[in-house]
Amino acid sequence: MKPAPFAYLRPATLEDALAALAGQQGAKVLAGGQSLVPLLSMRLAAPSTLVDINALPDLGHVTVTGDGDGAGDGVRIGALARHAEVLASAEAAASQPLLAMALSHVAHPTIRNRGTTVGSLVHADAAAEMPMVLRLLEGSVDVASVRGRRTIPAAELFAGPLESTLAHDEIAVEAFFPALAPGAGVAFQEIARRHGDYALVGVAAHVETEGGEVTRARVGFVSVSDVPVVVDVTGAAQDPEGDPAGAALAELEPADDIHATSAYRAHLVKVLTPRVLADAVHHARQRSAQGKSA
Amino acid sequence: MTTKLFGTKVPRVEDQRFLRGQGRYVDDLLTDDPRLLHAAVLRSPHAHARIVDIDVSDVLDLDGVVAVWTWEDLTGPMAEPLPLLIPHPTLTHGRTQYALAREEVNYVGEAIAFVVAVDRYVAEDAVARIRVDYEYLEPVVGIDAARAAERTVHDDVPDNVGARMEQENGDARAAIAAAPHTLTLELDIERSACTPMEGRGTVARWDPDTSRLTVWSSTQTSTGVRGCVAAKLGLDLARVDVITPDVGGGFGVKVVHPWPEELLVPLAAKTLGRPVKYTEDRREHFISSAHERAQQHHVEVGFDDEGRVLGLNVEFWHDHGAYTPYGLIVPIITSTQLLGPYKPQNYRVVFESLYTNTVIVTPYRGAGRPQGCFVMERTMDAIAAYLGKDRTEVRSTNFIQPDEFPYEHGLIFQDGRELTYDSGDYPASLAKLKELVGWDEFEEFRAEMAAQGRRVGIGLACYVEGTGVGPYEGAHVHIETSGKVKVATGLTTQGQGHQTAFAQIVADTLGVRFEDVEVTTGDTRKMPYAVGTFASRAAVMSGSAIHLAALRAKEKALRIAAEALEASEEDLEIADGVVSVKGTDASIDLGTVAVLSNPLRYAFDEASKAATQFSVGDPGKPPVAEDDEPGLEGKDFYSPPRSTFANGMHAVIVETDPDTAEIRILKYAVVHDCGHLINPMIVEGQIHGGVAQGVGGALYERMAYDESGQLLNASFMDFLMPYVTEVPTSIDIDHLETPSPLNPLGIKGAGEAGVIPSAAVFAAAIEDAEGFPITAMPISPSELFELRLAHADDTTEATTRSTP
Repeated sequence: MKPAPFAYLRPATLEDALAALAGQQGAKVLAGGQSLVPLLSMRLAAPSTLVDINALPDLGHVTVTGDGDGAGDGVRIGALARHAEVLASAEAAASQPLLAMALSHVAHPTIRNRGTTVGSLVHADAAAEMPMVLRLLEGSVDVASVRGRRTIPAAELFAGPLESTLAHDEIAVEAFFPALAPGAGVAFQEIARRHGDYALVGVAAHVETEGGEVTRARVGFVSVSDVPVVVDVTGAAQDPEGDPAGAALAELEPADDIHATSAYRAHLVKVLTPRVLADAVHHARQRSAQGKSA
Repeated sequence: MTTKLFGTKVPRVEDQRFLRGQGRYVDDLLTDDPRLLHAAVLRSPHAHARIVDIDVSDVLDLDGVVAVWTWEDLTGPMAEPLPLLIPHPTLTHGRTQYALAREEVNYVGEAIAFVVAVDRYVAEDAVARIRVDYEYLEPVVGIDAARAAERTVHDDVPDNVGARMEQENGDARAAIAAAPHTLTLELDIERSACTPMEGRGTVARWDPDTSRLTVWSSTQTSTGVRGCVAAKLGLDLARVDVITPDVGGGFGVKVVHPWPEELLVPLAAKTLGRPVKYTEDRREHFISSAHERAQQHHVEVGFDDEGRVLGLNVEFWHDHGAYTPYGLIVPIITSTQLLGPYKPQNYRVVFESLYTNTVIVTPYRGAGRPQGCFVMERTMDAIAAYLGKDRTEVRSTNFIQPDEFPYEHGLIFQDGRELTYDSGDYPASLAKLKELVGWDEFEEFRAEMAAQGRRVGIGLACYVEGTGVGPYEGAHVHIETSGKVKVATGLTTQGQGHQTAFAQIVADTLGVRFEDVEVTTGDTRKMPYAVGTFASRAAVMSGSAIHLAALRAKEKALRIAAEALEASEEDLEIADGVVSVKGTDASIDLGTVAVLSNPLRYAFDEASKAATQFSVGDPGKPPVAEDDEPGLEGKDFYSPPRSTFANGMHAVIVETDPDTAEIRILKYAVVHDCGHLINPMIVEGQIHGGVAQGVGGALYERMAYDESGQLLNASFMDFLMPYVTEVPTSIDIDHLETPSPLNPLGIKGAGEAGVIPSAAVFAAAIEDAEGFPITAMPISPSELFELRLAHADDTTEATTRSTP
């Protein structure tokens, strides 16, 4: 359990980090290291160079932007912000409550203290909470390279199992999670074998309401497909006889593994989806009521 | 006046060190020695293959590599198979592996080549450069495949059967045929493993000036390792010292010896003239140490209207993995300890011990008892369900009664001795357990929960555990002239708190201060005669030996003090390290007695002047009498006629989620009888740890082998050892103390107790909650969900269960 040899760089500026990545086809970015370091130790990954970005300035922020109404409102999370810092931010939780709801399920405190939210996004694990949350909230990731900067919308970020659409020379510098609009609500639940484990199934819901009625309902899933999946279940959610879980399952591919059968995973989707949708609707109505009284 | 420490909750003196990170484990040793080399092992990626060729030519080119060994490089006893530690007449086809594989590999993880380099990184780089040509062979994975025997693991072992053993008391089959009621059960337990926090590890240093080899190993038997190293390396025993430093848990896996690395590290150290270290990593521990537990059982039982067992016939199949270094200990324990606190009138048991292309199977805490307890307790529950009787009532009907001890089962136990229970009071234990868990109030609670849409169940399980197996342990107690007491016993310590518990015994027996007692374990330089720490034997064996050795030291102290104080021995007492004449001011320190015990020519300090030739002794007699020896010491050994049998009963209340099939523990209760308690806090700690490990075994942990023999969950990410969040936040414990008549302290072992009834007690509680039989453990929510589906159309079974 010792890594194969690699070169190690710890640049002091983003420009140097990008140059180092551009010059090395086999280089990998090291941020929190909570996924990468075990892969190195088990020799499942053997990059030629690690570009450690922990010394880069100005990437540790968790910032809430906007005045509460605009399209740019939301939470901006720098590449070096740890899960624990995002989780601890009351402003972030106020702007987008789903962040804290989901982050409390991300592993254990010791891992959240090191692991970065942006790193988790670009690791693109369909069993991880935050990539799905970014998709559900229709957020985005800003990436930089020696060629310039670009913004990748969440819907275009995930290419396949553990594969993002970042080019090898790009560093994800910031993630953007849109604020929760007035009249909208969110919820999250997951079932894991042990506290803090990857979920057997995790479900998050995002609903929009007007006058208490659902106008849009979307559900995101963890661990039931190869890439983070979000399903629009508006029709089923609006119909009192509707079956949003059934609608979702049509687009999911729950698989067997050593911890659960595909049938059990599908069953958990059926159990959790209506619960989470109901929670999200309740959340939306609660927020609307508070909005009116305020 | 010295207070009696035996039986009190003396805080563990070890914990300061451990909790402050000051423990000193094998991997901490010689880290500052610039000459230290590090080893890594090439392991088989295949479960079954012939080795066609091994090419190490690329290895020695690598900067930092010092040496590489394959089987071809081994000579003499090192080139022979590893020892079969515990032979048995029925183990007709016992096989052991070579230190490095010769021609064939039989499990993923089997050692093939051993590389020594300047550090572990380089050693692993070198391992990756070794090229092996394999001829792939179809593997045998799992008990079904082993029984089907379409393929064999070893060419010369027909049908994969290493041993077939049968024992019978009475005529079980005839009794079952004649019984008013009969039931048949199929009961399965899967593989799991000890998974101690610290894996295996060995460091060795050869001193060419003195021709001595020092080996530090994370083992449960330093004398065992010493014997093997000396024999395999062709060294005189006197030239080999084995020291066991702090050990981060054993749970059985470290009683196996010698591991290939335990021989290869000393070999390399001696050959290269430099110290060598091997520290197993976690993946290696999963694929190349030892597993346990996997067994399939077929049970036939005949009983009367009261639920009294008239005949019990058990056949089972034990998966022992690729080799049998530890003999048949695990299945023999299952076959005998299955009986628990009960007395079936007629009992027959037969097992086959089977080869599979998987990691070897050797004792893991409980060692075959969890399986036996599962079989017997599931049978008791099945009888109760069939007759519509309370489960505790059926058990009471079958209990051995307090006036029936010693109780002879008419079978031979794992130590080759008669299976004879020495003591216990099972009806009293059960009464305590019912009270503790609220057995009689449970239906009320069930109804209350059901009204809230919640589903709960209760289960109980009883076991008897043969502890303190022989052959012996010894102890040496030395009272120094400072009055401090140095104690040595040869068995090892892997976290049990021996320093504390053994010091309590010495303080009481000798009459010295607890703080003045220092205990050394597992160091062959201090006590070369010893067996090891396993089978819940340390307190019984070394505790008794230490007590006896302390008595000898005390006897001598009183004799010398009587002379010095011109009093009769009967009038003396020792307290806080001072010998005094009862009812007078006359006294002498034990340290001074120690001075007087050793006639000196040369004084080395003020106190020792008292023992020099012009100060002491009768000039007309030899300074040391003919039947005496110098020094204030006592040495003795304890060797019992047979094991002493502890017992216990567990009960659990679980909640099963009607929607998600998640299983939650609401209450866990334990009644435990290990005779007299040396330190109740340590015993309760053992129970807490055992219950936690049992929760893992029942609800989380398993070895997920695929059909090609690859272990799919060889990491703590996928091998689900429970976190603190998964074990009960509180465990209710009550003790019963029926002292053992077999040892001077009346104690019985406690180390394994907590884990034994777990599979049985959880299966019972989940069955009670769900209404369908649970016949295989462990069980996950996914499996419970699948069982619910399978039983969804089968509502009749649940109905007959509740209204027979």
